[in-house]
Amino acid sequence: MARHHVTATVNGDAVEFLCETEETLLEVLRDELRLTGTKEGCGTGDCGACSVMLDGRLVCSCLVLGVEAEGRAIETIEGMAVGGDLHVLQRKFLEHAALQCGICTPGILIAAKSLLAHNPNPTESEVRYGLAGNLCRCTGYHKIVEAVLDAAREMRGG
Amino acid sequence: MARISLSSSLTPLTGGETGFELACANVRQLFQALGERYPALRGHLDTDVAVAIDGEIYQDALLQTILRDSEVFLFPKIAGG
Amino acid sequence: MADGLKYQQRELKVVGTRPLRPDGVDKVTGRARYGADINLPGQLIGKVLRSPHAHARILSIDISLALALPGVKAVVTRDDFADMPEEYAASGELTINFRDVTRNMMAREKVLYDGHPVAAVAATSEAIARHALTLIRVDYEILPHVIDVVAAMQPDAPLLNEEQYTEGVKPKPTRPSNIAKRLEFKLGDVAAGFGEAEVIVEREFNTKPVHQGYIEPQACIASTTEDGQAELWTSTQGHYVFRSQCAKVLQMDVSKIRVTPTEIGGGFGGKNNIYNEPLAIALSKKSHRPVKMVMIREEVFRATGPTSGGNVKVKLGATRDGRITAAAAELSFQAGAFPGSSVAPASMCAFTRYDLANVHVIGNDVIVNRPKVAAYRAPGAPIAAFAVESVIDEMAKKLGMDPIAFRLKNAAREGTQTYYGPKLGKIGYVETLEAARAHPHYSAPLGPNQGRGVATGFWFNVGGETSAALNVNEDGTVTVMLGTIDVAGGHRASMAMMVAEELGIAVDRVRPQVADTSVFGFNFVTAGSRATFAGGMACVVAARAAIEELRRRVAKIREVPLEAVLWTDGQAEPADRAAQSFAPMSLADIAKLAGRTGGAIAGHAEINAQGAGPGFGTHIVDVEVDRPTGAIKILRYTVVQDVGRAIHPAYVEGQLQGGAVQGIGWALNEEYVYGADGVLQNPGFLDYRMPVASDLPFIDTVIVEVPNPNHPYGVRGCGEVPIIAPMAAIANAVENAVGIRLCEQPMSPPRVLKALGAVRAGKS
Repeated sequence: MARHHVTATVNGDAVEFLCETEETLLEVLRDELRLTGTKEGCGTGDCGACSVMLDGRLVCSCLVLGVEAEGRAIETIEGMAVGGDLHVLQRKFLEHAALQCGICTPGILIAAKSLLAHNPNPTESEVRYGLAGNLCRCTGYHKIVEAVLDAAREMRGG
Repeated sequence: MARISLSSSLTPLTGGETGFELACANVRQLFQALGERYPALRGHLDTDVAVAIDGEIYQDALLQTILRDSEVFLFPKIAGG
Repeated sequence: MADGLKYQQRELKVVGTRPLRPDGVDKVTGRARYGADINLPGQLIGKVLRSPHAHARILSIDISLALALPGVKAVVTRDDFADMPEEYAASGELTINFRDVTRNMMAREKVLYDGHPVAAVAATSEAIARHALTLIRVDYEILPHVIDVVAAMQPDAPLLNEEQYTEGVKPKPTRPSNIAKRLEFKLGDVAAGFGEAEVIVEREFNTKPVHQGYIEPQACIASTTEDGQAELWTSTQGHYVFRSQCAKVLQMDVSKIRVTPTEIGGGFGGKNNIYNEPLAIALSKKSHRPVKMVMIREEVFRATGPTSGGNVKVKLGATRDGRITAAAAELSFQAGAFPGSSVAPASMCAFTRYDLANVHVIGNDVIVNRPKVAAYRAPGAPIAAFAVESVIDEMAKKLGMDPIAFRLKNAAREGTQTYYGPKLGKIGYVETLEAARAHPHYSAPLGPNQGRGVATGFWFNVGGETSAALNVNEDGTVTVMLGTIDVAGGHRASMAMMVAEELGIAVDRVRPQVADTSVFGFNFVTAGSRATFAGGMACVVAARAAIEELRRRVAKIREVPLEAVLWTDGQAEPADRAAQSFAPMSLADIAKLAGRTGGAIAGHAEINAQGAGPGFGTHIVDVEVDRPTGAIKILRYTVVQDVGRAIHPAYVEGQLQGGAVQGIGWALNEEYVYGADGVLQNPGFLDYRMPVASDLPFIDTVIVEVPNPNHPYGVRGCGEVPIIAPMAAIANAVENAVGIRLCEQPMSPPRVLKALGAVRAGKS
């Protein structure tokens, strides 16, 4: 079976790769492009650990095919810090101890960034519903919600 | 002689005996003596049993001292998750 | 117990503060490497063929077509692994019977659960490996199966093991049984105690099995050499335990296996056991290439060890003034396909929160056709507490007493005789009850269909084999090697903090690393709330050893007697300014000269930490019951827990919050759903419903510190206790809200609706 040749942009860099028809974007990111920051928790779109941005839209990369990335822009956790500077969300997660094992953290950071891009002043409830697609088993979400609200405050200039 | 008591969950292996006195200087000697006295208990001593000596709990501490008048309790070991 | 390790009250500079965790930046940038993130050149992908049946005899396995598939480099079945005799080995867990370990890893005579491994292949791509599995022909003779614990205990239940006779029953039974073991704990005389009682409450409870729910599926990669060495990278709670068990089932020398633990994406007890690791090593040996094996979520649910489902009967008797006179319970737990559930610790902690004269507890360890159960945060205790704390609540109500007041009246304290063995040492149960009662949550107003529940939990906590080594680097910074895995709690940061405190230096001058198995002798798994307790103790011992070496070195360099050298605030100073004086030397000063004055300065410790302090917690929860749908909403949750000492308060809070939310999930929605054919119907996160952020409020935490007298910093450990109380607390809150007593877990909407309907229909 011939593989497909795909060109796309990942974190601002032009990439090209070969993939099987049935390969997911998650598999491509991790196995072809060796960007292992995006994680597989379930493979069925239920846990959000594989969250990435696809042309500015939050998606589960396990539910997107590699071939669907053709000509599109993907943002992963590896692109969140710019230069040597952590994104304010990443800093707040550290300050608030909003991570324990860290496996859900990349997906939650991508989802939180997307949430704040659409809603820079969310209520606690809006943060909780905004992150309802991301499972975390270690933290009980408490410090994650605190960190996101604090990041939002700082991003608004507060 | 140290006063040895066994948790009731272990007494099926001692024919119902729950307590007695024994001269032993450490846990290893205690286990050796128990293993000789109650063959059914022997295998469990290596793997399943914790010891409390005068209120302090010890697991896998064969060389822990038992004093002449210590109160010793044997009961199932704990691990965790 | 070395007296030097006893708790000392003192002024602290580092312990108790909140520095950023050393592994944090890697985790927020995606740089941290978990099991599935490791890749080796030339690696093959390994996949497992799993039984589609809950119970069947294996008549034959034909791998010839799979072997012939291009790209397949190796296939293993039961024929590739030695059979093991009944041998109980203490390789760092609740008793391990290697006869069972080798069968759980790869079925031999029978498959005993849907998902049981039957064969494994290694191929050049995942697609080829998956295709190869479909080419393996297995001939099964399907047998009747049993899953429910009560059904499995019946005399006519299908038997998993025709040669198993219940242990602990006298006289020895003549008929085999699925009940592997029966244990019994007795104190005093319960018959007399119940005779004395003026009020008696008796209830039966059933809980469904649940999974630890770690978001990271098991992942490992093995690489072997032609001279019999094996390297293994895996996500584990205990790399030494994995090494030990792999060595045993593969009949290899322990020293020939080197296990490097990767970062781990959650464990909670579920990653204390080997699954794919020996298969990966065996496949690598056969194919002469590295083999990577990553489970998919469905496999995690079908084949890794979850908890037991349980049946618990509780009977409690008390006098009208609120004194409990007798307590009895019978706990029956599913062990899964092989014996060894947590019914023993569950039986031991069922009533331990109370000072009782008459107790009788029976525990049954029952095998059933599901995966061998694994530990899950205070294994067994939540199931026991669900039952006992619900009955305690019902009793308090019958007596017209406040639930906390009733517990205080009967509370265990220092010196209370337990019914399983020793007297309790210094504990903080009463302190947590009083802190809960004083908390504003306890007296906040409630609206319609809202209710409040209280429940308490107890766990022993453990110590165990632990190593640490500390090296002073040339510039005076310090590297600490740890033998215990940092599962998530941030204990690596706490270790650095304790070392910094001991040495008197800033915490950012101490870098902690978790070592691979080639660095130390055996270390026990990170479980049992032990990492900060035992790891901390080892680090303190190592630090103090290093300080002794530093003093000796300074005495030599400055040519003064050893007694003249005092170590304080990160430097060596004259002990008595009036007598022998010398210019102080900092850690950096000494380190610069170390090589030329005898060698690098180090300190190490290899201990079996004893003196773990038990932990107690009291939880308060407010719920609202939605009558039309039966949905239970958590409005407010407060966790009060005695942790001994919070080395890093934010990480302790995280443990309390995380554990409580796991308990909430267990209470409300999580369960394994089996079909009539014994096959798991919900092996995925869509239908195995764990809590999400929108299900929950903020979880308030109150850290109580009654120092553990046996740890230099008073640490008890805290990770397990928070999962114990939520089920009962929520059941009690529901009763308070709408007057129904739920005795089945989870308390999912259909069950709540059914109970509400029964109330409306006028039944009790």
